[in-house]
Amino acid sequence: MSALTGFGVVLLAVFLLLAMTFIRRKSPPVFREIAAFTRLRRAAGLAVEDGTRLHVSLGRGGLQSARGASALAGLALLRRLAEQASGSDRPPVVTSGDAVLAYLSQDTLESAYKAAGAVELFRAETGRLSGLTAFSYAAGAIPVVRDENVSASVLIGHFGPEAALLTESAERENAFILAAADEPATQSILFASVQDPLIGEELYAAAAYAGAETSHAASLQVQDILRWLVVLALLAGAAMKLAGLL
Amino acid sequence: MNRPFAAAIAIAIGLIVLLGYFLPIPVLSVLRLELVQWAILLAGIAALVGVFNLISVHWQKIRRRERGNFYSAVLLLTMFVTLAMGLLLGPTHSLMQSLVEAVIIPVEASLMALLAVTLVYASIRLFRRRVDLMTVVFLLTLLLVLFLLTPIPSGGLSGLADLARSIINVPASGGARGILLGVALGALVTGLRVLLGMDRPYGGK
Repeated sequence: MSALTGFGVVLLAVFLLLAMTFIRRKSPPVFREIAAFTRLRRAAGLAVEDGTRLHVSLGRGGLQSARGASALAGLALLRRLAEQASGSDRPPVVTSGDAVLAYLSQDTLESAYKAAGAVELFRAETGRLSGLTAFSYAAGAIPVVRDENVSASVLIGHFGPEAALLTESAERENAFILAAADEPATQSILFASVQDPLIGEELYAAAAYAGAETSHAASLQVQDILRWLVVLALLAGAAMKLAGLL
Repeated sequence: MNRPFAAAIAIAIGLIVLLGYFLPIPVLSVLRLELVQWAILLAGIAALVGVFNLISVHWQKIRRRERGNFYSAVLLLTMFVTLAMGLLLGPTHSLMQSLVEAVIIPVEASLMALLAVTLVYASIRLFRRRVDLMTVVFLLTLLLVLFLLTPIPSGGLSGLADLARSIINVPASGGARGILLGVALGALVTGLRVLLGMDRPYGGK
């Protein structure tokens, strides 16, 4: 029963995603204001203008695990940021705590440079595996922020408490920080250590806010619809429990 | 590989694995397990490629005499020494075990200790960074729970620990579950975007 319910939810999400993508093509997406994304756009533009570097840290969520979705959201944002920064003297540098993710970050950077017509500027060393454990990953990423003239640091993906060390190092360099994690415990750490942390599902909206395609905006709408359905199901469950039907 | 061809393979394999989870069809289950095992194998090879990437990055740093190249040299030296010892002695040898226990575990533990200081410092700076209702609620709850959970030698205030536990179990857990629901829906839609080929992190579009 539970497997079939799950399958039903997936089918509903697929249907809604395709339908919303089709509908959304006719109207431009309108988003609510999220301060962190407004600042990110400004920081990305400034990095290109003043010849500094963007640092994107994708966390250590392996694609083989349930944490992979946050890494995929990070890759989608990376694609947009890399396209914007492809004209810069200093290309964005990406650090990951998972080997597959590091490889995908290189592929994403290369695709972004190709799309921007600047594939000759792509360097494979800009997509790096900085460590395979939580703290070796942080220890490997901190020198990137410190030594490579980074003016904006984006942390997006699956992080543990080591995210605080990364935000601290970026703050010491007076770099702009955008931080989003999929773990509630890490989100509470980021709430304390970052100017505008992204909470909850805002992580998955990053690519849409960075100026992506209509399908990204459609996926946000699908999330909203599914959230309302979950709310209704919870309320119905509570009401049925009160009425003694469950 | 041709990019549309790569996308077709990725989408087909993704669909097989997804359907294998949900539908009780034996062929799909067998295929799913086989494909997941391939993925694990490929992830192992990717780890090896990742280590070569790490070596390449630090070697370039040394060659170009960049800032912090001394640490890169130390990293490469220790990496090769550890690799050589591991190959010669095997990972279960007592020397290899003591390397892990005497170097890696203490270093990671000290980073964890540093993290505690970092978080206290971040909490102090929170009011300078952002003053709003949520900040006040966050810090007051943090201080209250810390105070209530602090062990008191007399043991006369055990009811306070119950209050702390109720704060953690009711409003904090409720909020966390709400966040997790949102994260789960975001993860579902993001996964489907890749499955349907709308996002292609394996070759772009």
